[in-house]
Amino acid sequence: MNVEFLIQTLASIVSSSAPVVLASIGETISEKSGVINLSLDGSIALSAMTGFAVAYTTDSATLGVLAAMAVGALIALLIAFASITLRLEQVAVGFVLTMLGLELADFLGNPFVRQPGPSIPHWPIPLLSDIPFIGPVLFNHNILIYISLLSIVATWWWMYKTQPGIKLQGVGERPESAFARGVNVNRMRYVYTTLGGALVGLAGATYSLSIKLGWSHRHTAGIGWIALAIVIFGGWNPLRVAAGSYFFGLLKALGSILQRNPAFASVPTQIFSSAPFALMIFTLLLLSSKGVDRLLDMLPPRLARRIDRAIRGRAPGGLGRPFEQG
Amino acid sequence: MKHNDRWINLLMGIAPIPLTLVFTSLILLAMGASPWEAYRNIFNGAFSSPEKVADVFAACVPLVLCSAGLAITFAAGQWNVGVEGQIILGAIFATWAARTLAWPQVPLLAAMLLAGLLGGALWGSFAGLLKVFGKVHEIFGGLGLNYLAQALAIWLIFNPWKPAGGATMSGTDLFPEAARMPHLGHLRVAPLAVVLALIAVALVTFLLRGTRWGLELKALGKGFVSAFTLGVPATPRLLTAFAACGGMAGIAGTILCSARYIRMIPAISGGQGYLALLVALISGSSNPQWIPFIAFFFAAAGVGSPQLEYNMHLDSSLGGVLEASVVLSVMFVSGWRVLLARKRSQAAALVSAEQEVTA
Repeated sequence: MNVEFLIQTLASIVSSSAPVVLASIGETISEKSGVINLSLDGSIALSAMTGFAVAYTTDSATLGVLAAMAVGALIALLIAFASITLRLEQVAVGFVLTMLGLELADFLGNPFVRQPGPSIPHWPIPLLSDIPFIGPVLFNHNILIYISLLSIVATWWWMYKTQPGIKLQGVGERPESAFARGVNVNRMRYVYTTLGGALVGLAGATYSLSIKLGWSHRHTAGIGWIALAIVIFGGWNPLRVAAGSYFFGLLKALGSILQRNPAFASVPTQIFSSAPFALMIFTLLLLSSKGVDRLLDMLPPRLARRIDRAIRGRAPGGLGRPFEQG
Repeated sequence: MKHNDRWINLLMGIAPIPLTLVFTSLILLAMGASPWEAYRNIFNGAFSSPEKVADVFAACVPLVLCSAGLAITFAAGQWNVGVEGQIILGAIFATWAARTLAWPQVPLLAAMLLAGLLGGALWGSFAGLLKVFGKVHEIFGGLGLNYLAQALAIWLIFNPWKPAGGATMSGTDLFPEAARMPHLGHLRVAPLAVVLALIAVALVTFLLRGTRWGLELKALGKGFVSAFTLGVPATPRLLTAFAACGGMAGIAGTILCSARYIRMIPAISGGQGYLALLVALISGSSNPQWIPFIAFFFAAAGVGSPQLEYNMHLDSSLGGVLEASVVLSVMFVSGWRVLLARKRSQAAALVSAEQEVTA
């Protein structure tokens, strides 16, 4: 395999994974505070459509991105209201909003189907993009892709290295003790859920303004569900969540490389487009299954503990549970 | 006071309908379309001729079957998102029977229904097994199985089952005459399918209300630990719940390929499973008898909304918007009622506490 091909493939994985990265990082933030936003698939579709429609109408990709983020944040705010104030079942509300988002995106997006429109301009970062190998892989994209890279590091740093980030973990892990220490649990949950939703909206904009330009029926093709699964796989840790997202990107890239191979010409293309989804979910399943426990039991305990910690994480203690704040 | 409460309850009970209409009307106005005209088109699209009414009934059947099954898994506190795949597996098994067995109509249809039931139950049990023995959340296990079922259906249609003229996404050859569920005259509804759907609702209502199995499922659904300490065998109960739901979805799949499409197609379920989850969210596990009525409304919206495309150049997904926003309104209104009741009881507690202090 030549180096040029490898660089190209890696660069395309970095850019095509950006929506999944942004969505799963956004979901990590909101789940870390204790709220499950299950609406991802619908949120991404509706924000991708809105982003493109606004960019198309105003001829400004920037306005499109902002509108998409607003849509994502608004849906997340609805989920926060339903689960924190009304104490409805989060998964139920999220599921209904998924369906509503998908249908609304189709209905409102109808006039924009397959229209050519604006996109985010390509912008190699000066100097950095000249670094051999790393430059073309990481720094030869557009601003949204850089934001996806930045969101990983920034979220990790905020959660584990800053005071408010430690508080955020407390709110998700043990809301009772956080409250006893004077943290306004429900307000923080509102804030982080909405913030996470804005990132999910950005994921949608990245899709329609940078990866798969424009809008069409079922344009965003189920990536919301993948992002939700990756958050669990990544054990609610931004770095591992990102690793999971790129792993999914790798599976998709492998799929399209195999598809071009004449040996697989008889296999229908639909199999190649849906196989990464099935493979991804079953990889996640395998890693979380009891079979892995048994394998780990055969290893020396210290090594087993390390591996266990490396491949799995524990859900925040207060995830999905409403908190009564006197 | 009492009299007043009853009025408020009634108002709250019907509140989701105007809420939904206001929401969808705003959306239609945003698209520059007349809401009244749109609702009229949907209504006409669903009810203006006997053929259309028959289509609504036919669309209703798979929804009712899947929602009845989901009432069981919801009772057990499980989110069986895998219904979609369970429909597909039911259709695959039934298609296998239709292509392999050269029997007369009655035994063949019975065999197809049985095969569909088994296929769906098998796929449902997989989701259950993943949940119980793999500690995999049923939402993701179910989604993975849906993708797998979809891939399996496509593979079958493109390889062993491909028509003589070459494989396409439009599916297999039409079923032999004996494998087609008889329609009601020239109408596209199979009376047998309607009867099966109603039996399913009656069966589920009875199982959940009148049997120990149903009671134990509900105990599991309310809280794992308490049911466990009371000696409810959790694993077999959960597995049977998933299998029962899958079986009903499998029958829905059989009806879809035998009565509606008369062949196996890749998009055999076409999102019916997800739609059924919405229906079952309104009825909940405590009121399965409402399922046929909710499903009827959903089916009417689904059958009527393509009319929007011909007459108003709007996308037919307005039907889906109506369905999802009704469910959302029902949830928000019920949440709001609970919130008000909680506020009121808190205020009452405060008043009585004050009285105690002053006394």
